[in-house]
Amino acid sequence: MSHKHHLELTQVGMDFPTAKGPFNALQNVNLRINKGEFISLIGHSGCGKSTVLNIVAGLYQATKGGVILDNQEVNEPGPERAVVFQNHSLLPWLSAYKNVELAVKQTPNGRSKKEMKEWIEHNLELVHMSHAADKLPAEISGGMKQRVGIARALAMEPKVLLMDEPFGALDALTRAHLQDSVMEIHAQLGNTVIMITHDVDEAVLLSDRIVMMTNGPAATIGEILSIELDRPRNRIELADNQEYNHYRHEVLKFLYEKQRKVESVGEHRKKQSKRKSGATQSNVA
Amino acid sequence: MSKQQAVPIIFNQVRQINWPTLNQFLTATALPIVGIVIFLGLWSLMAKNIDTSLGKFPGPASVWQQTIVLVDEHNAQMDKADKFYERQEQRNAARLAKDPSYASKIRDFTGAPTFFEQIWTSLYTVMVGFIVASLLAIPIGILCGLSKNAYTAINPLIQLFKPVSPLAWLPLVTMVVSAVYVSSDPMFSKSFITSAVTVALCCLWPTLINTAVGVSSIDKDLINVSKVLRLNGLSHVTKIVLPSSVPAIFTGLRLSLGIGWMVLIAAEMLAQNPGLGKFVWDEFQNGSSESLARIMVAVLTIGVIGFALDRIMLALQRTFSWDKSAVLR
Repeated sequence: MSHKHHLELTQVGMDFPTAKGPFNALQNVNLRINKGEFISLIGHSGCGKSTVLNIVAGLYQATKGGVILDNQEVNEPGPERAVVFQNHSLLPWLSAYKNVELAVKQTPNGRSKKEMKEWIEHNLELVHMSHAADKLPAEISGGMKQRVGIARALAMEPKVLLMDEPFGALDALTRAHLQDSVMEIHAQLGNTVIMITHDVDEAVLLSDRIVMMTNGPAATIGEILSIELDRPRNRIELADNQEYNHYRHEVLKFLYEKQRKVESVGEHRKKQSKRKSGATQSNVA
Repeated sequence: MSKQQAVPIIFNQVRQINWPTLNQFLTATALPIVGIVIFLGLWSLMAKNIDTSLGKFPGPASVWQQTIVLVDEHNAQMDKADKFYERQEQRNAARLAKDPSYASKIRDFTGAPTFFEQIWTSLYTVMVGFIVASLLAIPIGILCGLSKNAYTAINPLIQLFKPVSPLAWLPLVTMVVSAVYVSSDPMFSKSFITSAVTVALCCLWPTLINTAVGVSSIDKDLINVSKVLRLNGLSHVTKIVLPSSVPAIFTGLRLSLGIGWMVLIAAEMLAQNPGLGKFVWDEFQNGSSESLARIMVAVLTIGVIGFALDRIMLALQRTFSWDKSAVLR
């Protein structure tokens, strides 16, 4: 039996032990991701997006269900599922070059010393950080630190690149530059990416599919939206594109109009009619 | 140049002086000097009015006098030692000339240690005690920081022994050293070992606690990075844990050295290790009219050396601290 999909999450559930009893963060998360797909996970704060990512990364163990990557179960962290953290997490006592070197040394993949050096420089070039290779993290800006974080993750040649709100701590302009860089890298390398984001525009611009999660606790996948926009995508051209705006509309509708629980259509109509009749009654009175 | 011309020129030159910087420099140097001068004034005033059984309490003048006397004594003793060795070598050369098979011996000079030799003894005793303490405290601290269970197990012992004064340890340490360190040709004197062990016992706690705190408060993200990279146990400790906790370790080392220096003087007094502590004790027992002044010289020397040691540790702390946002004083 072969799995067609690169990465599969099956009936994943997560309970956290708390003083008041187990807290059910996720339940029945089912997701199938193909190789080379760019997936965005979007949802309100506290809906368990980071939990899903951490489960795929192996930093948490799912209490129910499991994750399978390339026919192998995922139950511990590893460089084939490289993570880009929200707070860059560069080692502050090492230069940018040495930070990437640390990752490369852990994943030699049969490279000689000279090849390792070239590979590190190649990855720094990919994120446009060659000029600052010998600087310490304290000496470079937030955006640059995040670029080095991405370079470090890519240097591990991961099967899946996991990004936990990588641009959340950056200003809008830097975010735009980094989004372009990520699209460029994705086009060049064709790697599978799962990115958590709060930014609707970012999700629509970058992804092949957007996975929208319901609110926690007991969060699950609400809707999956397929983005059928041609690549390469240019944000300025897309600003007026009807399809792009339609996708944005869909995502915003999910995030801001759906209630806490995913309600059925019947319930929604009942509520609407109640509101209408309530209004007419007050008018009469 | 007429007066009318001179005033504007002087005024311009005065205006060109960088007043803020000059002001800063003056406050930084003048205020401490003012403080010291006032202190010296108060001291000499107080000294004139205190009569002790050993004569008047020493004022700044008599302390300065005794400093010079101590320097002279040291130089005189060094001369004596040189002459002693010279005489021995001459005697040996003469005997060799008469009888070539003579096995020449050089006997050590047995003069009492001078003030500066005692300073040196104190310094290397504190260094040995400090290094022994650090070699014990840092690994235990790392273990406590990495494993919550180890910390819970060891913490009661730390809290129990941390407040114990060196003077309370001294009798126990003396007895143990006498019983254990028996050899016909000892490399170190018993008093040296006793002092060093007492210093080690008292100054290992700050390093231990600070190391444990530093290791246990590593950024969780860095631990996640280590997990994703699948660093093995030793790599994790050497590449992530240790560099991350180096600033905390150096803070602990700096505190430990300060405490160690204080403890050393007390330990030397009772263990009779020939250092500054013994100097103070001997002068006190001696009871001459200059004793108090000489003790005062020793007190000031202890203070100056303690200050210098602290500054050295501060410089080391600054070099090894990667956390550029922390302000180190």
